[in-house]
Amino acid sequence: MKTLRIGFVPLVDSAVLIAAKAFGFAEAEGLEIALSKEASWANIRDKLVYRHLDGAHMLAGLPIAATLGLSRAPTPVIAAFSLGLNGNAVTLATALAVRLEAICGGAIDFDDAGATALALAALVAERAAAGAPPLRIGVPHRFSSHNYILRYWLAFAGIDPDRDVQLVIVPPPLIVDALTESAIDGFCVGEPWSSVAVDADVGRIVALGCRIWERGVEKVLGVRGDWAEANAETLAALLRALDAAARWAGDEANRDALAGEMARPEHLDRSAGLISRVLAGQLRVSPTAVVDAPDFLMLYRDAANFPWVSQAQWLYSQMVRWGQATPSPAAEAAVRGVFRPDLYRRALAASGTPMPGANAKVEGALAAPLPVGSARGRLSIGPDRFFDGRRFDPDHLAAYLEEFPAP
Amino acid sequence: MMVVALRIAIIDESPARAAVLEAGLRDAGLSDINVITERFQLLRQVADIAPDVVLIDLESPRRDVLDEMFAVSRAVARPIAMFVDHSDMSMMEAAIDAGVSAYVVDGLRKERIKSVLDLSIARFNVFRRLQDELVEARSELADRKIIDIAKAIVMRQRGLTEDAAYALLRSAAMRQSRRIVEIANALISAESLLDPGTAA
Repeated sequence: MKTLRIGFVPLVDSAVLIAAKAFGFAEAEGLEIALSKEASWANIRDKLVYRHLDGAHMLAGLPIAATLGLSRAPTPVIAAFSLGLNGNAVTLATALAVRLEAICGGAIDFDDAGATALALAALVAERAAAGAPPLRIGVPHRFSSHNYILRYWLAFAGIDPDRDVQLVIVPPPLIVDALTESAIDGFCVGEPWSSVAVDADVGRIVALGCRIWERGVEKVLGVRGDWAEANAETLAALLRALDAAARWAGDEANRDALAGEMARPEHLDRSAGLISRVLAGQLRVSPTAVVDAPDFLMLYRDAANFPWVSQAQWLYSQMVRWGQATPSPAAEAAVRGVFRPDLYRRALAASGTPMPGANAKVEGALAAPLPVGSARGRLSIGPDRFFDGRRFDPDHLAAYLEEFPAP
Repeated sequence: MMVVALRIAIIDESPARAAVLEAGLRDAGLSDINVITERFQLLRQVADIAPDVVLIDLESPRRDVLDEMFAVSRAVARPIAMFVDHSDMSMMEAAIDAGVSAYVVDGLRKERIKSVLDLSIARFNVFRRLQDELVEARSELADRKIIDIAKAIVMRQRGLTEDAAYALLRSAAMRQSRRIVEIANALISAESLLDPGTAA
C-alpha cells in the first residue's frame, strides 16, 4: 500500500478527498491517503513545492500562479482533476444586506445576479455620497476564484474593485470574526463560511457563485509536474480513486454519510447538518429564507471533475485583466499545460465516467444542458453561462479582455 | 552572539511559543523584537513596524495575509519576499518541519538571515518538544487514573488488596501483550455494561 500525503483546507469542497480516504476508494486502488489539514493556501503551496506533500486541494488559480512564478520562483504544478465546480457565495453584514434588499425592492432575486450587482452599485454610490468609507470586502486569496468572480460581478455594475471598494485578504477561519467585529463589511468565500455567518446572524448571503458563473472552476487536485512524471502510475491510481469517490459523493443517497464524516474534528470540525445543507444546495441566505440551488456545489455530474483547459485559460485571463500577470505568448502556452485532461482521460479510460470529446470549450456559451460528444455513456454539460451573457473563447483571449470597459 | 541589528516581527498563534522564540532571539543579542498580536489589521501593523524579518508560525492562517502583502509590494515601503533560497532546500525543509516560516526584506544578505532562521527553527523545535512532553505527562496522568478505577473494580469484585488487584491487571496485560491501561479500559467498559449502576 503506497501512502500519499495530501494537503487540504477544511472547506466543504474538500468533500471528494475526504470521501476517497474515508470510504475506501483510495484503498481499492492500493493507495493510502494521509490527509494533512492546512491553515493557509500559502502552506499548501509551500509544502507542495518543498515536497512535504505529494498532492493538495488547491484553489484552481494556484497551480497557474506557481507555474508562471507570479509570487515565487516558478515551479510547475499541474492539475489533472477538478475537485468540483462552484461552491461560493457573497455575504454582507446584516445591516448592509438589509439595505441592499431594500434597494432590490424588498428581496434579492438570486437568479438575477446582475440586478443585485446594480443594486450594490447604488449602495456604494449612496455611501460615497454620505461620506462613508468604501466597503471592505474580504476574499481568501489573490489567486482565488472568489477574488475573480467577485471582481467580475462588481465591475459589471461599474464598481471599480480597486477604487470604489476595498478588497482585502482575510483567512477564511477568521472571516466570520472579522465580519462580526466590523473589520470587514462582507466577503466572497467558499462554504462553510457564509452559512456560518448566517447561522450566527452576523451576515446574509446576497449572491451565489453559481449564479455569477454557472459552471465555475474552483478547487483542483494539484501535484508538482516532476512528481507527476516520476509517479505516473500512482497518479493514475489516485485519479481513479478520486473519480470513484466523486461519483459516490455526488450521489444524494450518500450525502448524510459524507456530511457526517466531513463534520469530524480532524476534517471540517463543523456540524453535519450545516455541511449536509450545503452539499444539497439548500442555502440559508438569511435567518428566514432558504434558496434552493442544486448546482451550488457540483462534485461529479456534468463532467465536474474534467480539467477543462479553457477554465485555466479563463483564470489566466482574469489574472491579466486585474494586472496580476503580464500577457505573453509564452505565459499563455505555459497556462495551456497546467490543466491536464490528457492524464485524466488516460487514467479513467476504463472507469465508465463519461468523457467530453474536447479538451477546451467556449466558456459561457451554453444556456441549457447540452449532450456532447462523449467517448462513452451519455454526457451533458452546462449550462455554463456567465450572468452577463459574455462568452470566453480561449483562442481569442485579447479580444475577450477588450470587451470589458476599462474601469 | 549575533552582532547584526535586525528588526524582527513575530506572528504566532501561540503566545507561549512567541515568548520562547523572543527570549531565544534576545539571548542571541537581538533586541529589536516586536510580537504582533493584531488579528485583522495585520498589514497596517507590519507596515508600521517595518521589520527586516517577519517570523511566522506555519500553522497561522494569517500567512495568506502576509503573502498578499508581499505580492503587492507597493503596499509596503520595503518590499519583502519569503526567504526562499532554492540552493538551500535542506534549510527550508527544516523550517517546514519545525513549523516556522520567514519573510525578509528583499536584498538583505543571506548570511544575516540564516542565523536568525536557524535559531528560530531550533526554538520552535524546543517548544514542540516541551509540548510533546506535556501531552505525554497529561496522558500518563490520565492512564494512572484509569488504572486506579480498574483496580478498585477488581478489589471490590474479587475482594483483593490493592497490590493484588494491580498484580492481576499486570499479569493479564503480560499474557495478552497489551498495555495495562488497555486492560484497565476494557475492564471498565465491561463493568459498565454488566452493572451500569456501579460503573465509574
